[in-house]
Order: sequence, then C-alpha cells, then structure tokens
Amino acid sequence: MITINKLEKSFNKNHVLKGVDLEVRGSGIFAILGPNGSGKTTIIKTILGMVIPDGGSIELDGKNIKGNWSYRNSIGYLPQIAHFPENLTVKEVIKMVKDIRGKRGDEQPLVERFGLQPFMSSRLRNLSGGTRQKVNIVLCFMFDSKYIILDEPTAGLDPVAMITLKELIHEEKKNGKTILLTTHIMELVEELADEIVFLLEGKIFFRGTLQDMQEMTGEAKLERSIARILLRNNHESKEVITVKA
Amino acid sequence: MIKIFKYSFFDLMRSRWSLIYFLFFAITAAALLYLSNDVSRAIISLMNIIIILCPLIGTMFGVMYYYNSREFVELLLAQPIKRRSIFLGQYLGLTVSLLLSFVAGMGLPFIFYGILASPELSNFLVLLLTGGLLTFTFVALAFLIAVKNENKIKGFGFAIVVWLFMAVLYDGLFLLSLFIFEDYPLDKFSLAMTVLNPIDLSRILIMLQLDISALLGYTGAVFNKFFGTSLGFIISLACALLWIVVPTISMVRVARRKDF
Amino acid sequence: MKRIIFLIVISLVLFTSPGRAAILSVCNLCGHTSITAAIEKAAPGDTVLVKKGIYKEGNIILNKPLVLIGEGFPVVDGENDSEIFTISADNVVIAGFRIQNVGTSYTVDRAGINVIRSKGVVIRNNRLINTFFGVYLQKSSDCIVEGNIMEGQAVEEMSSGNAIHLWYCKNIEVKNNTVKKHRDGIYLEFVDNSLVENNISEGNIRYGLHFMFSNHDDYIGNTFRNNGAGVAVMFSRFITMDDNLFDHNWGTTAYGLLLKEIYDGEISNNRFEKNTTAIYGESATRMKIHNNTFNQNGWALRLLGSCMDNTITANNFLNNTFDVTTNSIRNYNDYTGNYWNEYTGYDLDKDGIGDVPHHPVKLFSYVVTRTESSIILLRSLFIDILNFAEKVTPVFTPATLVDEKPLMKPVL
Repeated sequence: MITINKLEKSFNKNHVLKGVDLEVRGSGIFAILGPNGSGKTTIIKTILGMVIPDGGSIELDGKNIKGNWSYRNSIGYLPQIAHFPENLTVKEVIKMVKDIRGKRGDEQPLVERFGLQPFMSSRLRNLSGGTRQKVNIVLCFMFDSKYIILDEPTAGLDPVAMITLKELIHEEKKNGKTILLTTHIMELVEELADEIVFLLEGKIFFRGTLQDMQEMTGEAKLERSIARILLRNNHESKEVITVKA
Repeated sequence: MIKIFKYSFFDLMRSRWSLIYFLFFAITAAALLYLSNDVSRAIISLMNIIIILCPLIGTMFGVMYYYNSREFVELLLAQPIKRRSIFLGQYLGLTVSLLLSFVAGMGLPFIFYGILASPELSNFLVLLLTGGLLTFTFVALAFLIAVKNENKIKGFGFAIVVWLFMAVLYDGLFLLSLFIFEDYPLDKFSLAMTVLNPIDLSRILIMLQLDISALLGYTGAVFNKFFGTSLGFIISLACALLWIVVPTISMVRVARRKDF
Repeated sequence: MKRIIFLIVISLVLFTSPGRAAILSVCNLCGHTSITAAIEKAAPGDTVLVKKGIYKEGNIILNKPLVLIGEGFPVVDGENDSEIFTISADNVVIAGFRIQNVGTSYTVDRAGINVIRSKGVVIRNNRLINTFFGVYLQKSSDCIVEGNIMEGQAVEEMSSGNAIHLWYCKNIEVKNNTVKKHRDGIYLEFVDNSLVENNISEGNIRYGLHFMFSNHDDYIGNTFRNNGAGVAVMFSRFITMDDNLFDHNWGTTAYGLLLKEIYDGEISNNRFEKNTTAIYGESATRMKIHNNTFNQNGWALRLLGSCMDNTITANNFLNNTFDVTTNSIRNYNDYTGNYWNEYTGYDLDKDGIGDVPHHPVKLFSYVVTRTESSIILLRSLFIDILNFAEKVTPVFTPATLVDEKPLMKPVL
C-alpha cells in the first residue's frame, strides 16, 4: 500500500504539487495521467526518493520513506530514458544492479523474451536506444518487486517489444503486483489501466476507473474525455481571469 | 559505495579517454627522459605539466563525467542504496581511474629508465604524490560544481573559472600582494599563501625536493625549514587533505538535498 | 716520473752550485735520522734526500738554499700542533713529501709550507693533508707551486685556512695543483703578474680561487667545482680569465664567478655549468666577456646597475633559468652578437644573425630583483604568461638591454 499525504513540492517559483493525497491499495495497474507539467513525474520521483518533498509524507506499507532507502528493495523502476555507463556490457550492468540489490534476480527469461541474448556481451555505447530500453525493462522486472513504477515505458520500443511488455505487465498484475504507470499513449491506458489518477495543476482532479471517467465526461474515448477536461478547465480559468480584470 | 566505485571504475578504465590520458603521460615522460637524459630535469619539466594538467583534466573530466552519467545516476537513485554511496562511489571511480592512468603513464617510462634504483626515486614519488593529491582535489571540486549547477554550460564555465583562478590568477594576486607589502617581512605570508593553494603547495613541495631549490635563495631556506619541521609537514598535509575532504563532503551534502 | 724529477733536481743543483754540492740522506739507518738534523748539517746548495718513513717533526726551518727531496713520499707529521716547513731563504726546493697534520690555530696562520720573503722557491709534487694553510707565500717572488695535492678538512670559514695562500707576492706560478676542502682553494692578496694554471679546486667552503687587490694576473684552464663560489675577483685590475670550467657551484648563496670592484678584465672561453649564479657582477667595469658558454645555470649573468662599459659578445646562453638579470632600468653594457637558446626570432637573409633583436631579461627576473621573496612563484603558470606578455611588449625590463644581433647558432 502506498499512502501519500498532503504532498507539497515547488521547484523554485513553480509550485508543482499542491497538497496531493493519494492511496494506492492492493494489486492492479494505476495510470497517472495529466497534461505536461501537472506533476506526474514529480509524484513518481518523490515515491522513489529522487525528489525530496517540501511537505507532506509518503508511506510505503505503513513505513515513512523519509531518510530511508531500504524500502526501494520492493520497487522496480523503469525510467523514460535509458542511460548506462557506456563501457560496461549488458551482462555487467545486470550484474551490477544485482550486486547493489544484494538479490539474485531472475533475468534469463526476460532476456530471452526481449531477444537480448546477442547483446549480452556488447558494450552499452554500441546499443540502440530501443535495445537499451529493453535492458532497462529487464532491470525493472527481474527482481519480482512488489511495486513496479513505469515512467513512459514504451518510449523507443518497437511494436513487438511493446506487445511483449504489455503481456509482461498483465502477468505481473496477475501475480498481485501494484503497478504505477505514466504515459501519453491513451490506448495503452485503455488497454491496461484498472484505475486512473488524473492530475491537474498539482492536484488530483479525478480518480476512478475508466468507466467513471467516461461517465463523467460523456465521451467514449479516453483521449476525448481528457481533452474535454482540459478544455473546460482552460475555459473556466479564462473566465476567472476575465472576472478579475 | 564500493560496488558503485567498482563498476564506474571498470567503466572508465575501458573508456578511450583513460587510454589517451595514459598515453599522454607515457609519451611525455619518455620523451623528456630521452631528450634531457637527466632524471632531475625531466622531473622539473614534468612538474610544470603536472601542476597544470592534473587539475585541468581532473576538473574537466569531473564535470563531464557527472553530466554524462546523470541519467544513470537516476537509475541508481531508484535502487535501494544511499545517495552518499552513489556519489562517493562515482567520485572515487573517476579519481582512481585518472590516477591509474597518470601513475602508470609516468611510472612505466621511469621504471624502464631505472628510477627504482636511482637516488631520485623519492623526488619521483613526491611528483606522483602531488599529482595524485591534485587529481583528488580537483575532481572533488568539479563534482561539487556539477552537483550545484544543473545547467551544463554554467557548470563547465564555473569549473574552468575555478581552475583558472587556482592555477593562474591566485599567483597573480600573490605576486601583487608581495609587491604591495614588500616593506614588511613576508615569509609567513608567503608560506600561508602557498599552503592554502594546492597547486602552489605542490609546486613548492616538488621544487624543494630538487636541486632547483637553491635558486629560491633565502625564501627557499625559510620554506625548507618550515616543511622540514613536523609541524610544517602536518600543516601542509592537513591543508592538502582539507582541499580533498571539504569539497567531497560539500558535494555529498548538496547531493543529499538535491532533486533529480 | 720520480726519477726524472730527481735527475732534474740533481742537475739543477749541480748547475747552480757547481763543485760543492753534497747529498745528505735521512732515514732510520742513514747518517741522519731526522730532517731537522740533516738540514742543520747541510751547507747552502746541498741536497737533503729523505727516504720513505714517518718523521714526526714540526717547525723545520729552512734558512739556507737547500734542495729537499722526498723519496717514496716520506710522511712529515706535525701532530696537530705545529707548522711543518718554514722557508726564509731563496731557491729552496721541496718536492715529494707527504706533509700532514698542522692543526688549526685561531691566532697564527700556520701552514704546511710557509715561505717568507724568499725568491725562486719551488714547491713541487707534495701531498699536503690536513695542513690548515697548505702552502703560504708571503712577500715572496718568482716562486713555483706545482703539481701538489692539498686536502683539508674545512667545516666552517672561521676555523679553516686556504690551500694556497699568496700575500704580497710577484711573479708566482701556481700550476697543476689539486686543492680540496679548504676555506679558499687558492688565495691571492696583493699579488701581481702571476699565473694560475690548470689547477683543480674543489669543495672549498668559500671560494675556489680568490683575488684581492691583485693586478695583471692570469688564470687559465682551471676547474672550479662545488665551491661556495668558484672564483671571486675583488678590487683587482687586468685579470685574464680564460678557458676555465666553473662546474656545479650550487647552493643558495653560490656563484660561479663573483666580480666586485674589478676593472679591465677579460673573461673568455670559459664554461659555466650548473652554477646557481654563473657570473655575479657588482661595480665591474670595462670587462670583456666573450666566447663563454653558460649552460643550465640558475642565473647566467647577474650584472647590477653599477656595472658599466662591459661588452658581452659571442657567448652561448643555454638552458639557464634566467639568462640576464639586472636591478636597474638603465643599461650601460653592450650585449651584442650572442647565442640565446630562448631566442625565437628568425633569419630571413640567412646571414646567421637573427633579424629581430632579443631581449634577454625576463620580466620575472626583474620582479625577483625588486622583491626577492617573489622567487617563490618560480615556474608558476602565471609567471610564464607574464613573461610572455612582457616579451611581446616590454614595459618594465630595460629597453636598451637588448642583443641587436642575436646569433642563430651557438658559437663553437
């Protein structure tokens, strides 16, 4: 269970998170959506401890994560961009992360699934972005972590790998994992998400299932629903500004 | 920390920059030994190169490496490991790999030349020691600057300014103050100014080891006396270490509060 | 060699005092067992032949013209409390002795061989070990000191003497001696028309060779190594210094050649290697400095503002930390036609002379002369930049101190 309480964060003058409360309970796939700059990535990074919040708290299974690092043992993370030490081989990077975690990890099935066998001894500098992202996927899923956080997971992947990844996410869900996901690709959300958390201007604007959202906006397509929310929001704020003036 | 150190060290040792850095020193040292045919003169020439180049390369590589490995650091940050371990590990990885290129590059030609059986061995070791201290210091400064500045161009610029100040401008101010206060006894002042700048400290330590110290005349004698006492030795060593420890600790502190 | 000298001496003796010359031998089983006894018995012009052995005798007085020959280097030992030979007669010859242990004295200038008011004395092929003063000539003339080896045990100036000490002398020849570890290797005070040639002077505390108030003297072909200063020439005129080697006179206050109040001398064909300061000049005037080579010295030429009308030409300046230093913004000396290895100009007309004048004074050397403690910045990058800037546009260094015709190749 992930519990987020009154989370606040500003970058300089930019108030990104304005008191976010969120509870993620049980297994399932939770899509965190929102327009650019709404604070999706910031929430994910605060959960991972990469961004340090100005206020509020985050608990993972009832334990506050502040000043703690061992909780990350139960999180697998797939970042947007894959960058590794250029002169290490794929095998070495996998070994390194295993070393750091102090866990055995089971990479072999994943390596085979994503067809990485021929690249195991190549240096990372010689790999394409997509292949590196596959390495990233292996690192994320190989430890059987309870929580899995995916930040734009499909970036740079070819269709075959994308399908494999989707399958993998489904499997993990079946295994009882809690999966947090951010993406711009709405089909992916429609296909995968159990619940949607919609962020707008540093707050949670909407939380519910896909159906809830469709009902609220009266649009059948998720993309359209979101567009509608955004347009309405812009319209309203314009109105507010005109009133003030 | 050791794990991060291990892997970033492996990574860097395989980079072509390590090889270039190694070859540079190997070729320069060999050429100087061959041309001058005199260990003492070769050491003096290498000193000039080392006190400029070790800091410069340390600064540049430090900043470059930090910015290049930013995304990788993010990956590491999501792993169950302390932030301190990540940054100290990377710092040591870079420093030790630079050091290895430097020591090997310098060492091989000198060993072939027979330095191990030569009375100049201790001078050579002082040369390696100061090069090492400078590398540690300036990589730490570079990391500190890079951690503080998100903007790469700003970070690079600032790092170059710091190097320029320590390597060049500092001595200008030093000389200027010697001129302005020439009517006062300046021994203690000169000593303090020298000990406070790691580049000057290295330069003087090497020169005092060599014949050339005779040129330093009375001032040289004062310095020799100072560094000869255990107090002087401890003070200069402490200063050199502070120049490594303070930037390193600051770097870790800044990193701890930083958002990625 | 020994036999040849012996024959020469014998023939010399026969020639100078024909008919009357006798040979008196000294040894354990000879007619005389002590040198003193033999000398007392000997008549002027006689030869005293001292056989191999140890003679613990001091204060041996030679007041008549005698030839003293040592065979197989007999040892004459003063046991650290007396002078050994005191000569007060003309034409005395002392050759082939090992003279040792005179002992330090703070009141008297005791010597291994002391020559007082004599002419034509020859001191040849002796070994003087620990003799305080080695050979001491006072108010004497036409003497020869040749082929001797003198080794002292000098530790500090106050308690040591000079190896060869000349005071108020004329026409002296000092040749082929090796002098070590004294205060001064060779010392000349009020000595005129004398020659110092092919000597080796090493490891002396003060000077390898020292002139005071001496005129018209030459020193040629000597080697001065590891002395406090190689040679000091002070208050003297018309000294010729040719073909000497000044090697490694290195230390915080060391010099190769120290000139002070000296006029009309000539310094030529010398080699200065690894001296802290190769030539230091204070009030040196009308000196001709030519065809010398300065290699790897700290300062090659340090001529203070009081030096005037000197000509420096056809010298080689190689790998010195500073080629020329002065403390004055004005220059009264002529530096033309030298080879400077730091010269970066070009020679388009290929006449062997650089087309661009060379400024041999670096800004840093000017700075150091002004504020001595700034030497601590030696070899700092800032200093290199400063030197370069000054070289491009001279502001502080004497603009007239310039070699208008720098050579493109070293002078051979």
